[in-house]
Amino acid sequence: MTTERNIRLTVNGKAYESLVPVRMTLVDFLRGELDLTGTHVGCEHGVCGACTILVDGSAMRSCLMLAVQADGASLMTVEGLADGPELHPLQRAFQRNHALQCGFCTPGLLMTAYEFLRDTSNPTEEQVREGISGNICRCTGYAPIVQAILDVSQEAG
Amino acid sequence: MKPARFDYYSPSSRDEALELLGQYGDDAKILAGGQSLMPMMNMRLVRPKVVIDINRIAGLSHISPRRDAGLAIGAMTRQRELERSALVLETAPLLSWAIPYIGHFQIRNRGTVGGSLAHSDPAAEIPAVCLTLETEFELANSGGERTVKAEDFFLNHLTTALEPVELLTQIRIPQTVGNWRWGFQEVCRRDGDFALVGAATMLHLDDKGICLEARITTFGAGGTPMRMDAAEVYLSGSSVSTDDRSEAARLVSDALDPISDIHASAKYRQDVAGVMVRRALEQALLPQALPFNEGEDAA
Repeated sequence: MTTERNIRLTVNGKAYESLVPVRMTLVDFLRGELDLTGTHVGCEHGVCGACTILVDGSAMRSCLMLAVQADGASLMTVEGLADGPELHPLQRAFQRNHALQCGFCTPGLLMTAYEFLRDTSNPTEEQVREGISGNICRCTGYAPIVQAILDVSQEAG
Repeated sequence: MKPARFDYYSPSSRDEALELLGQYGDDAKILAGGQSLMPMMNMRLVRPKVVIDINRIAGLSHISPRRDAGLAIGAMTRQRELERSALVLETAPLLSWAIPYIGHFQIRNRGTVGGSLAHSDPAAEIPAVCLTLETEFELANSGGERTVKAEDFFLNHLTTALEPVELLTQIRIPQTVGNWRWGFQEVCRRDGDFALVGAATMLHLDDKGICLEARITTFGAGGTPMRMDAAEVYLSGSSVSTDDRSEAARLVSDALDPISDIHASAKYRQDVAGVMVRRALEQALLPQALPFNEGEDAA
């Protein structure tokens, strides 16, 4: 029986070790324990996509994983996108296209787009829309987000 | 902290997991991909005393050809792996086609085939496909194993033949021999939502296009996915003509007694289930059936 566990994991290339309550979700661990508040927590049942991060390279909902389940894993959060002061091409494209207003959905959309573009070269607009269908944005109407992602795919072209 | 307090175990072997299940039974919940269990725990709709996390057990995740033909798929195989598997597409295209309808890719990256089956949401895709493919499920407990057919597995809304001490370890999909055609259709309000209603079909045709065997399953139209016996019998021996397909759709609608809820009325589900069956049959007859029927509204 355990209600707390020691975990080791890597987040954005940095190693962490921490004693966590077993019922703590991964997103709460990132925000509350590691102070990585870039990842947002919205619906807490996997629908809104705000908490999407990469777990061993795959985009997942960090509200639907326990922190203990990330023991040994390598995570990437929105804080891992920029290279120092140099923004990631996705971040630059979001800025350029006004693909965010309140910014709540942005971390999840960026991490979703990261995996989507890695796996889909030269996507069509329809493919982009399908790719981000698991992330809810209530400000933009999606059009600038779709354009930003298309921009990056064309830059990479 | 969102989930209520629980004791957590992450066994590294199947035997260890089965021993824990034997010990805790009804007090324990198996945590597979967590894409259904975690939301319910976060909202405290479920408060298990014990969580047995089976993500660290080796050997539960695999897609393998069976010696006697067909496929064996480990319960912890992620849905995304099925979606990307050439072997699944070749052996059971119906399963490949249905997977993209499950949630969103971030959900499929984590969600598992066994988790979907054990959870058994009446509107879920994998249970409906397994019922159509006449899949067998391997259930293990600390004393041994048994095999249950899909038709005997789904009992009611979120209820399966799994005993509290049993673990679903693997599914077996039989090989189909001959000219089989496949169709999968569902309708939902938004991309990635649970289906309001859907249909999976398989047709075995002879070289003259006469139907030797038809399998038709509806889901989201009752407590479990259901095979539509009257429509299946009707289509056997037919040429599955336009009229035959319409008659099969009518037989399906007549056989259903779905529920009304905030998402759709019973009448809507009943009518659209027929439409889904008709379209899935049309899809099965296309020379190269497509996985998606996009940009077209239901009914």
